[in-house]
Amino acid sequence: MTGVTPSQTIGPYWHLIGHAEWADLTRFGARGERITLSGRILDGEGLPVTDAAVEIWQADPPADERFPGYGRSATDAQGGFRFTTIKPGPVPGRGNALQAPHLALTLMARGLLVGLVTRVYFAGEALNETDPVLAMIEPAPRRATLVAAPDGPGAWRLDIRLQGRDETVFLEV
Amino acid sequence: MNEWNPFRPVAAGTHPANDTPAYRSTAFRHPTAPLVKIPQTITEISGPRFSPAQFPPMTDLSTMNGRAALGERIIVAGTVTDEDGRPIPNTMIEIWQANAAGRYDHERDQHDAPLDPNFHGEGRVFTDGEGGYRFTSVKPGSYPWRNHPNAWRPNHIHFSLFGPGFATRLITQMYFPGDPLLDLDPIYLAVPAGARTRLISRFDLSLTAPEWALGYRFDFVLRGRSATPMEAG
Repeated sequence: MTGVTPSQTIGPYWHLIGHAEWADLTRFGARGERITLSGRILDGEGLPVTDAAVEIWQADPPADERFPGYGRSATDAQGGFRFTTIKPGPVPGRGNALQAPHLALTLMARGLLVGLVTRVYFAGEALNETDPVLAMIEPAPRRATLVAAPDGPGAWRLDIRLQGRDETVFLEV
Repeated sequence: MNEWNPFRPVAAGTHPANDTPAYRSTAFRHPTAPLVKIPQTITEISGPRFSPAQFPPMTDLSTMNGRAALGERIIVAGTVTDEDGRPIPNTMIEIWQANAAGRYDHERDQHDAPLDPNFHGEGRVFTDGEGGYRFTSVKPGSYPWRNHPNAWRPNHIHFSLFGPGFATRLITQMYFPGDPLLDLDPIYLAVPAGARTRLISRFDLSLTAPEWALGYRFDFVLRGRSATPMEAG
């Protein structure tokens, strides 16, 4: 067995920033309920993280040539990110469980030697109450750090706090 | 072993800790609560697939519009496999780096070293059917950063890999053999000692193109799969 290649920081100068269109997962012609997901990344001092790469991946709707299922957004001067995508539906979990609609979100930045992983759920979904991943998070009030709130028609919003009060729950997958 | 087998946990002693005080930028960016370990589901086991038609390869960083960048021309090649040595074919690798003078062609980089009009420093390659990849570039220069007095980054190339699933995503940096700055670099030294040298490429005369470019070999290893498939949904 060979050892896994260790992670390093993405640093402040990632060139991948040159592809703003990657934040629009509908750009290849995907059909479905189009939504935007936006938010801000804040550090332990409450300051915006202005040099982060935010990525999303969703297993539903299934990826095909019209829908990559994956997107990347650079944060702006306010620490803001913004995606356009198709709203996911429920997907199977382990055993007979059903998972509530969600996106996986990865965060990479200067000062992060390993990327952080979390999930984005949607407020008001009945399945949130029984979602097996949300249920693992204790104390229960911390689950709210993974749940996006409606922010106008077709718009959802979730801020991510890297550290301190109301710190977002990050996952080991 | 199939595409629904979850990925094995990463062995302790592989990745750096996000709480690494010697690397100052970590201070207010590392989470303080422990990560919540979740079972892998379809979300974590599946992952994006990139087609070269939608994400065109850029395999030669050493020229722009037919004009050669300044610096020592290099060929970097190797494989992407999992921990069990299985090749990972058709996976996308993103590449970015400073120019030979140690300057990124990036709006944030204000280091007083020249930009090179013939070098942008961005590449994209796909592995072949055997997990092999290869690109041409110029050797990146060292550059100062303000982490501590007289801090300099060792020569390095940045890589982004996806692999077969969301759980195999990897961002890393490749270093060069014999670089005296490695032992002074908090980002390199943040990797546990037993795993650190995996980030150093090997000079490989057989990759060197005579009269043209020096060759360096760098192999990536992503997480392998467990023996037991995920229960059917």
